[in-house]
Amino acid sequence: MRNRILALILILALAALPTITQELGEASLLALATRILIYGMAAASLNFILGYGGMVSFGHAAFFGIGAYVVGILASHHASGEPLFGIVPGTDQMLLTLPLAVLVAGLFAAAIGALSLRTGGVQFIMITLAFAQMLFFLFVSLKAYGGEDGIIIRRTNALPGLNMRDKATFYYVVLAITVLFFYGLRRLTQSSFGTVISGIRQNERRMAAVGIPAYRYKLYAFVLSGMGAGLAGALMANFLRFASPDMMHWTKSGELMIMVILGGVGTLFGPFLGAAAFLILETFLAAWSEHWPFALGLILLVVVLGTRGGLAALVQRITALVRRGVK
Amino acid sequence: MSVILSIVGLVKTFGGLIATDNVSLDVREGEIHALIGPNGAGKSTLINQLCGELVSDAGTIHLAGRDITHLKTPDRVALGLGRTFQITSLLDELSVLENVGMAIQVREGHNFRIYDLARGRRAVWDEARGFVASSGLADRADIRVADLSHGEKKQLELIVALAMKPRLLLLDEPMAGLGHVESQAMIEMLSETRKSAAMLLVEHDMEAVFALADRISVLVYGRIIASGTVDEIRNNPAVREAYLGAEDELC
Repeated sequence: MRNRILALILILALAALPTITQELGEASLLALATRILIYGMAAASLNFILGYGGMVSFGHAAFFGIGAYVVGILASHHASGEPLFGIVPGTDQMLLTLPLAVLVAGLFAAAIGALSLRTGGVQFIMITLAFAQMLFFLFVSLKAYGGEDGIIIRRTNALPGLNMRDKATFYYVVLAITVLFFYGLRRLTQSSFGTVISGIRQNERRMAAVGIPAYRYKLYAFVLSGMGAGLAGALMANFLRFASPDMMHWTKSGELMIMVILGGVGTLFGPFLGAAAFLILETFLAAWSEHWPFALGLILLVVVLGTRGGLAALVQRITALVRRGVK
Repeated sequence: MSVILSIVGLVKTFGGLIATDNVSLDVREGEIHALIGPNGAGKSTLINQLCGELVSDAGTIHLAGRDITHLKTPDRVALGLGRTFQITSLLDELSVLENVGMAIQVREGHNFRIYDLARGRRAVWDEARGFVASSGLADRADIRVADLSHGEKKQLELIVALAMKPRLLLLDEPMAGLGHVESQAMIEMLSETRKSAAMLLVEHDMEAVFALADRISVLVYGRIIASGTVDEIRNNPAVREAYLGAEDELC
């Protein structure tokens, strides 16, 4: 009950944000908030396999980038009027592009996961990284879609009845999707599948002994996670009106992983906190010095060593203290 | 009595070492078949071959008439094979009840559902509570496994295995590290279990073996040197020579 009230307060606060930033005249804060929500979803998707499933994927930006490219490629075909592969017409309707981005990212995740999950441990980390870099170079060489310059999307995808060019409207759409995403993720972690995947992380041998073929379950989790990252990528392409190979570069995978670790591995809220902390620090430290990654590194070190469990653990400890204080 | 597990000519080598050397044995319905042997005789290797963690180099394994030699562990489990681990292997972050519940949840299926509530599967949890309540861990149901004592973990291993309703149980030293009282409780639990599942019992505790076993096979250097009833084994000179050594005492 208390959690529900907290969630409601958080949603209301986020819903009030465009009004507040407008009053303050800080439009860039709204853009930052939109990015935090989108990256929060991408990091939470990674966290599902990394934190709940124990699969350290170092190539998760691939699915983020695939989602972005689905939006970008469909938009460019819509603009030129030429169908993709001569049959698929382009579109700028968000109700079509988002599900398609999720679907295509899921297919890529199925293919990459099917091969990567035959390994484990360090090999798994390296092979997911290798696949992501392969896709990166594939898109760099795709001159039809801008090569390394990427695709500029002329107009944000349309939703019936909404003016998607308005920054606040787009923010509300992202917020609504984030709330649904978050609710779905919560259900997922509490589902039969979610408990089995968490069991596999704790002890794969034990789960085999009670009759769980781990590979199939891990693959399913990997696909779901890729789909989540694809959704985030599609939204990011809409937000930036741009899709480029940089979105699937290994450093982007690293950033997603930093968000997860900073926020708290294997926690529901952690990745959102991590994304917020990372992007806020990046924004303000970059304004302060061009050597901002150095300061970021130090802060990351302090958080990881000091909180033992990331920001989510820190928040939990503080609320526990406050509650004890109230009593 | 029909045969539930039948092993014929099973072989496993690690490099030049023959860990399982042409082993043949069977376990009948409702029987406890004990497998004894000195350290390094290959008992755990044999158990791991039977449950599918190790691939056999030669020979066949039949469970209830079906050839399971080339099946993976989960497929063997689906056909009614259960096991306990010598070094306890449980879900440490979960409670006693949740460990049992997980086994039942897996047995009941529907585990690719992503939008149900695992906590809300009443049939699973009712059954799990039943299993725990009728066990020695009844008042420890909500304790995390990481906080259990060694003896309690050993008990939980068995409860989890039983919750899967196996037709054949492979028990890898269920008494190891238990005190006298705990051992007695475990012996009692196992003789209760006899009604529902046949067992292949690997054990060093001779008191337990003689109390429980219907038949005993003796494994030395990967080979079965004798097989028979408790009395036959007790009086077998080759067994005394190879297994009990000069001490001439059943340890």
